[in-house]
Amino acid sequence: MNAKLKETILNPIFKGNPITVLVLGICSSLAVTVTLKGALVMALSVIVVTGISSLILSLLRNTIPGRVRIIVQLVVVAMMVILVDQILKSFEATYAIDKQLSVYIGLIITNCIVMGRIEAFALGNAPWPSFLDGVANGAGYGMILLIVAFFRELLGSGTLFGFDILNRFGYVPNNLVILPPFALILLGCIVWVQRSIQKDLQEK
Amino acid sequence: MEYLSLFVKSIFVDNMIFAYFLGMCSFLAVSKNVKTAAGLGVAVIFVLLVTLPINYLLNRYVLAPDALMPGVDLSFLSFIIFIAVIAAIVQVVEMVVEKFSPELYSSLGIFLPLIAVNCAILGGSLFMQQKDFVNIGQAVVYSLGSGIGWFLAIVSLAAIREKMSYSNVPAALKGLGITFITVGLMGIAFMTFMGISL
Repeated sequence: MNAKLKETILNPIFKGNPITVLVLGICSSLAVTVTLKGALVMALSVIVVTGISSLILSLLRNTIPGRVRIIVQLVVVAMMVILVDQILKSFEATYAIDKQLSVYIGLIITNCIVMGRIEAFALGNAPWPSFLDGVANGAGYGMILLIVAFFRELLGSGTLFGFDILNRFGYVPNNLVILPPFALILLGCIVWVQRSIQKDLQEK
Repeated sequence: MEYLSLFVKSIFVDNMIFAYFLGMCSFLAVSKNVKTAAGLGVAVIFVLLVTLPINYLLNRYVLAPDALMPGVDLSFLSFIIFIAVIAAIVQVVEMVVEKFSPELYSSLGIFLPLIAVNCAILGGSLFMQQKDFVNIGQAVVYSLGSGIGWFLAIVSLAAIREKMSYSNVPAALKGLGITFITVGLMGIAFMTFMGISL
């Protein structure tokens, strides 16, 4: 694998993370992080949608007229999201999670990561790098999702993936962590840590 | 009375930003000063008010199970129909505003196309579908309320951020980090409305 392709994959995961650096796709990242299970399903769905829709639009990139490209992008992305939603609904194990994620699966359509990567990368690059870029950005998003969900489930319910971790030691679950605003505060702290390490990202 | 309670509820209790985090991307990106924030807020109210009732009618008479004809359930198409309606309406609204009110167009101009991919708009339609409103009046009131709630949130955050530019924030927390934490604290403040039942 050449260096440029490697950069395409690694950059979105740390240095150019879609959530903490580019500030894309915040909406869904906060509401689905109460449990690790929900976050994992959401992360996988976003990886699939960004990867495949980047691939499709990169294949179509020379045939789409510039003026109508937003509509074409939305249609392709919406189709992918419908497929993901229908797949999640059709298995017993994932049906409950689909119900729990409610509107947020549908909102992947307007997740800025998907549209942003298509506009910024897929429309100007060959299919294979575009696919990798989509998957890597989905993974960078998923990583932050899992970090936030890890702390929220551990501190908020005392469990991880539903298994009891802290409660057996007499931990009293902190209900504040379950509430949506805490996800934002946690995300603020992640940004804080990342920017203390990567000083070049700091704003003036 | 029932409309009034739905209205107040959709502004404060079910606030799009603080309760559901919808439209966060533009909320964070465009809240650096009050004036542009207010512009985007007005555009969101406007587009929600137009698209949500249309999507309500489509949902009720076309997409819902047995609505078009008995035995036909088109609800799996709702994502694509809703987003198509929103994108089309935004395009039309943009053209109409440009033609009839150039001043408004130049102040909203850049935000209007972006609104098509604002989660708050699609989220409003998806919540409307979940909430099963009995008539279009409720859908209109709900769309107005959520729009105003979003407007309120972005204007107040912009005001806080304007003030905050004078305060001494740790270097690594400056900008994005402190904004996240501020929004979180504002969210906790908005939680107090949760106990109110109207």
